[in-house]
Amino acid sequence: MSSHPLITLDKVNKSFNERPVLQNISMRLMQGEITTLIGPNGAGKSTLVRLILGLIRPDSGLITPASDLKIGYMPQKISIDPSLPISTCRFLQLANASHSACHEALNMVGISHLAASPIQTLSGGELQRALLARAILRKPNFLVLDEPVQGVDVTGQNALYKMIGELSKSLNCGVLMVSHDLHLVMSATDQVICLNQHICCQGHPEQVTQDPAYIDIFGQTTAIYSHHHDHQHSIHGEVLDSQGVHQHGEGCNHD
Amino acid sequence: MTDFLLYALLAGLGVALVAGPLGCFVVWRRMAYFGDTLAHSALLGVSIGVLLNINLSITVAAIPLLMALGLVYLEQRGILSLDTLLGILSHSALATGLVLISLLPDVRVDLMSLLFGDLLSVTLNDLWVIYGVASAVVLLLILLWKPLINITVHADLAAVEGVRVGAVRTALMLITALVIAIAMKIVGVLLITALLIIPAATARRISNTPEQMAVTASAIAMLTVIMGLGMSWYADTPAGPSVVVCAALLFILSLLFRQRS
Repeated sequence: MSSHPLITLDKVNKSFNERPVLQNISMRLMQGEITTLIGPNGAGKSTLVRLILGLIRPDSGLITPASDLKIGYMPQKISIDPSLPISTCRFLQLANASHSACHEALNMVGISHLAASPIQTLSGGELQRALLARAILRKPNFLVLDEPVQGVDVTGQNALYKMIGELSKSLNCGVLMVSHDLHLVMSATDQVICLNQHICCQGHPEQVTQDPAYIDIFGQTTAIYSHHHDHQHSIHGEVLDSQGVHQHGEGCNHD
Repeated sequence: MTDFLLYALLAGLGVALVAGPLGCFVVWRRMAYFGDTLAHSALLGVSIGVLLNINLSITVAAIPLLMALGLVYLEQRGILSLDTLLGILSHSALATGLVLISLLPDVRVDLMSLLFGDLLSVTLNDLWVIYGVASAVVLLLILLWKPLINITVHADLAAVEGVRVGAVRTALMLITALVIAIAMKIVGVLLITALLIIPAATARRISNTPEQMAVTASAIAMLTVIMGLGMSWYADTPAGPSVVVCAALLFILSLLFRQRS
């Protein structure tokens, strides 16, 4: 299994209306690796995803995609106006795919029986699967999944995470996943990035959940990945370090 | 059959042909108020055209197009919600148009025909313009059909899959401005949105795919033009409003069908 960086971010900054949202983000997303992005609301997760997708440009810093990068994207939530008559199969075909490829993808996510159903009639879990099917449809080598289990019950969440793990393995693609529940994705995650406008900590799940920065944000109970957090964040996410005790860790290069 | 009635019929059918599919996008993308705003600004286009002595066919398309681009800019600045912006622009454009027309030295403009259409005064020259524009709109819709549907479903997803969302959106605005410019003659600025939305909403009830809905909306719009003209001919009612009344009647009739999902 070859492992090369699919996309590299180097000191990326982004602000909206002069309010910094992301500061000094450097990371590499590798082929065949699942990276989970966690962070509180307003941490800039969605902004980071949009930068990586190329939907917005950074204010400064470099985002370098691999020459063979092909992204499959699963958006956070999707609502299609009921006035648009469109079947699940047709929804997939919008990604420039053949009828047979659509059926194959629906088969892989286990909802081939819903191909002819109007997309608006799908349940929360079924819709997420349809979105996942569209993401894998064009045989991508990089999947970007923005909160893939939103609106799905707990059993369904486990099944969906398991499916994502299996699909990424069989397609040998890299995965970037935004998630709130690290305890569920832990086992399938190679790298965790804890974001709060800057990268607070990153590493293997076991490391990150023991990291005080992680515990600080998410609490001890869900902590499985860890790092040592010696500073506090203001409500805006800036580092508060009045005692000057914060030591910059490896890969930690915020102000 | 007299010439003016034939011209009226042909003009109405030409506009209805493109009003159907465009109306579908207006319904799918929830752009009804947006369409109304552009239609109202067409009146401003007339007064500016008369004031500056420019060909009216150009200004009634150009002013709504400029208005659309201005709206996109203001929305991106995020000063006010789109709804409020539309409310401000829609009625300011209508009022400014009316004020400017009243200031014109000699009254060469029939206000009622601008507001409610003047189907029975269509000339052969108007027909050329209507069919020229309608052909361009049909061509654009066919060429851009797939990306248009794609950005209507989900713009970000379409962008990641390689659709140039900004360009396709701008093209849809151009199409809207063009259709408004030719529909104005038929139903007038106040009723254009009705001609776009009502046939599309009626078609929704008996359609299973986007294409089916677009073609059905076209057919229904054409039928309402024929019905409206007939009503106008026999009952001596104003043509534009008659067309809209017939569209509404067909919609009510369609409620008897169970909606296809």
